[in-house]
Amino acid sequence: MTAVEAPASRNGTAALDVAAVRADFAILSRTVRDGKPLVYLDSGATSQRPRQVLDAERAFLEQHNAAVHRGAHQLAEEATDAYESARARIATFVGADPASLVFTKNATEGINLVAYAMSNAATAGPEAARFTLGPGDEVVVTELEHHANLVPWQELCRRTGATLRWFSVGADGRLDLDSDPITERTKVVAFAHQSNVLGTVLPVAELVRRARAVGALTVLDACQSVPNRPVSFTALDVDFAAFSGHKMLGPSGVGVLYGRSDLLAAMPPFLTGGSMIEMVRMEGSTYAPPPQRFEAGVPMTSQAVGLGAAVDYLSGIGMDVVEAHEAALTGRALDALGEVPGVRVVGPTDLADRGGVVAFVVDGVHAHDVGQVLDDRGVAVRVGHHCAWPLHRRFGVAATVRASVHVYNTPAEIDALVDGVRAAQKFFGVG
Amino acid sequence: MQLEQMYQEIILDHYRSPHGAGLRDPFDAESFQINPTCGDEITLRVRLDGGRVAEISHETLGCSISQASASVLTDLVVGRSVEDSLRVLTAFQEMAQGRGQVEPDEEVLGDGVAFAGVARYPARVKCALLGWMAFKDAVVRVGGTDRGAAEQNGTAATSDGKDAT
Repeated sequence: MTAVEAPASRNGTAALDVAAVRADFAILSRTVRDGKPLVYLDSGATSQRPRQVLDAERAFLEQHNAAVHRGAHQLAEEATDAYESARARIATFVGADPASLVFTKNATEGINLVAYAMSNAATAGPEAARFTLGPGDEVVVTELEHHANLVPWQELCRRTGATLRWFSVGADGRLDLDSDPITERTKVVAFAHQSNVLGTVLPVAELVRRARAVGALTVLDACQSVPNRPVSFTALDVDFAAFSGHKMLGPSGVGVLYGRSDLLAAMPPFLTGGSMIEMVRMEGSTYAPPPQRFEAGVPMTSQAVGLGAAVDYLSGIGMDVVEAHEAALTGRALDALGEVPGVRVVGPTDLADRGGVVAFVVDGVHAHDVGQVLDDRGVAVRVGHHCAWPLHRRFGVAATVRASVHVYNTPAEIDALVDGVRAAQKFFGVG
Repeated sequence: MQLEQMYQEIILDHYRSPHGAGLRDPFDAESFQINPTCGDEITLRVRLDGGRVAEISHETLGCSISQASASVLTDLVVGRSVEDSLRVLTAFQEMAQGRGQVEPDEEVLGDGVAFAGVARYPARVKCALLGWMAFKDAVVRVGGTDRGAAEQNGTAATSDGKDAT
């Protein structure tokens, strides 16, 4: 990541008119808790959606709605074109070929798709041999994973008899590369592009190099990177990657699994049924080539169209501009929180290889209680373990407060966060 | 202001000096409960004496609401019969899950009525109930009542991993 120190003003940076961006998001002008302006700092959990995304979904449903990849009528053609056009634009956005993108419900489903395909490989014939796992094989993850990139691998290991190993995390919130458990036995290395708690950006190139040296497949959880900075899966050279629409100004109910074309072509399906077949007889079936092989049933359509509109919106701003804006806000938050006695940031305190989520604890005040005081002032943050429970154990805390930003946030909102933290200290008598 | 409705002075007092804090021996049953949404934990011990709750002790890793609630629980049930204490528990649970629509009975709930404000915040109801669910589970484990059907796993006296509502 290039940490661009952009000049922060009330309206953002020279390259970005935040006021104009905010005008696209109706929800940002509402009030909460008895008339307080909403300060939305929870985009790491789910982002808000601009008018352009909502309009695209509505226009699709009012003009073109039909089941895709079925039927020869005009609406079916238009719906299929809209769906595939969205796939193509999203593919460009993440530096991939359209045929290498599978639409899923969300990133969690994308990661499970790979994990279950690996289970199914055991009975899928010689072509799928490279996906099989068994006793003696190992799956490697990291201690900072979201549960979505941890529990599916625990379950895969349980089903196959393989063993789960992991990289540990240092006190500075960076991956401890010396704790490397990758060996000749490693078959899969699954890791986050960016921690959803610490904000740490992992050294993807180095992890891919180490995995490839032993012939292991790489799976990247890109939920916290694709929405916030330029990402090219081809350039990163990972084998699989997953992300969710709702964290990148798009709809919920749609996510994407990226897979290298040769791997998707050899991988057995996860969900089976309509749409994903080549030929069906009572005795058995053969399957369509990817990506259709992995899209059983009538897929989410208006959501895919909405996600297409979201990447158009983000591309219109420029992901380098989004990244610079978020870096400026993150720097402001790290600086200001660092000046509050009794506040400890969990994660890197500098902007190098770091994204726009800032987790912290307040001495003497539980994260829930901090969150409640912030909520009372209209500031929406996440409190708890953020689906990264082992990571919280690693840092000896039950829960943290997490603020996360996106392109529509302002420096004034960061100041409201910090004011709220001071107010929580005062309220609970520790400030 | 909404905040003071939730964090009433009684709650803050119990939070600052919680009653029953710190695990004590001897005890008849122990329950470990977690709130899966936030990771908060409580270990709660119960000692009974002739059908009465003789002592409650607990170790709570949680927010002000969960700590204060465990403290109020201690005050309300120690000295009561098990049946009586479970009636208080039911009343507390009804209030906490009542979305602010249940008028609490101070005769039954004492300081517990201070948690009526918490009922307006659905995300915090589990915090208020964490200790009470641990108490209920522990009482069932000790066999002091035929109420409830908590699964017993043979010899183990500690449960874990169960949701608090």
